Amino acid sequence: MMKGHRTWVFENRPVIVATATVGGPFEANGNIADDFDLLHEDLWLGEDSYEKAHKVLFEEAFFQAMKKANIEKEQVQFMIAGDLINQMTPSSFAARTLSTPYLGVFGACSTSMEALALSAFIVNYGGAKYILTGAASHNAAVEKQFRYPTEYGGQKPPTAQWTVTGAGVALVGSEGDGPRITSATIGRVVDMGLTDPFNMGGAMAPAAVDTIEAHLRDMQVDASYYDLIVTGDLGKIGRTVSLDLLRKNGMKLEEERYQDCGLLIYREGQPVLSGGSGAGCSATVVYGHLLNRMKRGEMKRMLVVATGALLSPLTFQQGETIPCIAHAVAIEYGGDHS
Amino acid sequence: MANEKRKHLTPVQQEYHQFEQVRETKRPVLKNCVRAFFVGGFICAIGQAISYFYMYFFDFTEKTVGNPTVATMVFIAMLLTGFGVYDRLAQFAGAGSAVPVTGFGNAVISAAIEHRTEGFVLGVGGNMFKLAGSVILFGTFSAFVVALIKTIVVKWGGLG
Repeated sequence: MMKGHRTWVFENRPVIVATATVGGPFEANGNIADDFDLLHEDLWLGEDSYEKAHKVLFEEAFFQAMKKANIEKEQVQFMIAGDLINQMTPSSFAARTLSTPYLGVFGACSTSMEALALSAFIVNYGGAKYILTGAASHNAAVEKQFRYPTEYGGQKPPTAQWTVTGAGVALVGSEGDGPRITSATIGRVVDMGLTDPFNMGGAMAPAAVDTIEAHLRDMQVDASYYDLIVTGDLGKIGRTVSLDLLRKNGMKLEEERYQDCGLLIYREGQPVLSGGSGAGCSATVVYGHLLNRMKRGEMKRMLVVATGALLSPLTFQQGETIPCIAHAVAIEYGGDHS
Repeated sequence: MANEKRKHLTPVQQEYHQFEQVRETKRPVLKNCVRAFFVGGFICAIGQAISYFYMYFFDFTEKTVGNPTVATMVFIAMLLTGFGVYDRLAQFAGAGSAVPVTGFGNAVISAAIEHRTEGFVLGVGGNMFKLAGSVILFGTFSAFVVALIKTIVVKWGGLG
């Protein structure tokens, strides 16, 4: 059901039946390593290219999620996924392996929640019984495309972020036990005219603010309704800027109830500068760490606001500004209905 | 961000720029300069030592020692790049490891390694100079311009 201007409320409350997360060596040293289902010591994952390794991350996560839910791939109606690589080959190639009907979606680093919102919508209205949804990124494959060669010695500024190597996948179903998806707000593209691709957090912060405010306005609740509002990959700078913006606009929000996946994933002292980023960042942190915390009863309601910068290396070189987007999905567990 | 770019922005965007900029972590310029000075100087000192080595043990003069020294430095940079050390050094040293010839070597070699998966011709061959290409082009061109100015000044200006 549509509520307000751009929010969907899911009356049938689709369930996140199972999730799976796969990470790389950097994530294995991070803060939430215990929340990953599979961790790889080698960035190549035994493949002969980073792009193939990227695809394997996805495949492993999909199969792991189905295994955890005890479901065969024939029982899954659709797969909705995306990543950052040109033409989204890792997602499409993983879909080839699964041979599940597939929709590829691109929202840069906001893909995880874009795909989850669509999956929940389809499941809510009986369009499918089970949908596999997820997002992934691979540090070396993404850096290769968006920045310099991996081994190139260029000094990164303190505002830069570290692309997560990892895949996060959720199996959304119409019934079962697990956290429930209650609503979703689709973001609009916000461009504040920033051009520095080494400061994505600063560019994306206004998009996150726009979506959070729209969600709360549409749902007619205030920020205290949620135990946690978590952004995708704003990093240190983006988190500070967006929190200050929200407060400037009159929102009452406690610091510890406003977190960022890019800051949760790594440990202090890892050379990630301003924090983690990438499509796999929000996917692995939400589908691993945060849902685990929910299941332990640490929180009941969570609003995930995945943020994405919709630039390409080409548009950056042509001097264009960085348009950004954020999609919000509300997940609840242990409330009255479940 | 440069001021002339800011003129194209709407007032809302300009306001946000100021809001964002004060919350941005600044580049530690002074620290970077000091690090670049010492690491860059250290790399050059190694280069100098290699020059002396060639002059002392082989039949090179101060004029001819440049080529083997540069080749050796680039070879060392290649090893460090291949073992994944050079990019870490660069994050610390900045311009200190980018400006010497080792930085040029790193730019070529890292691109060659990166695109190995796309084959030797289209991958390595086609991408090897994607970073270093502009250094070669504009380096050669500026050398040409300087040489041209010198020729003109010497011929007509009567400097010689």
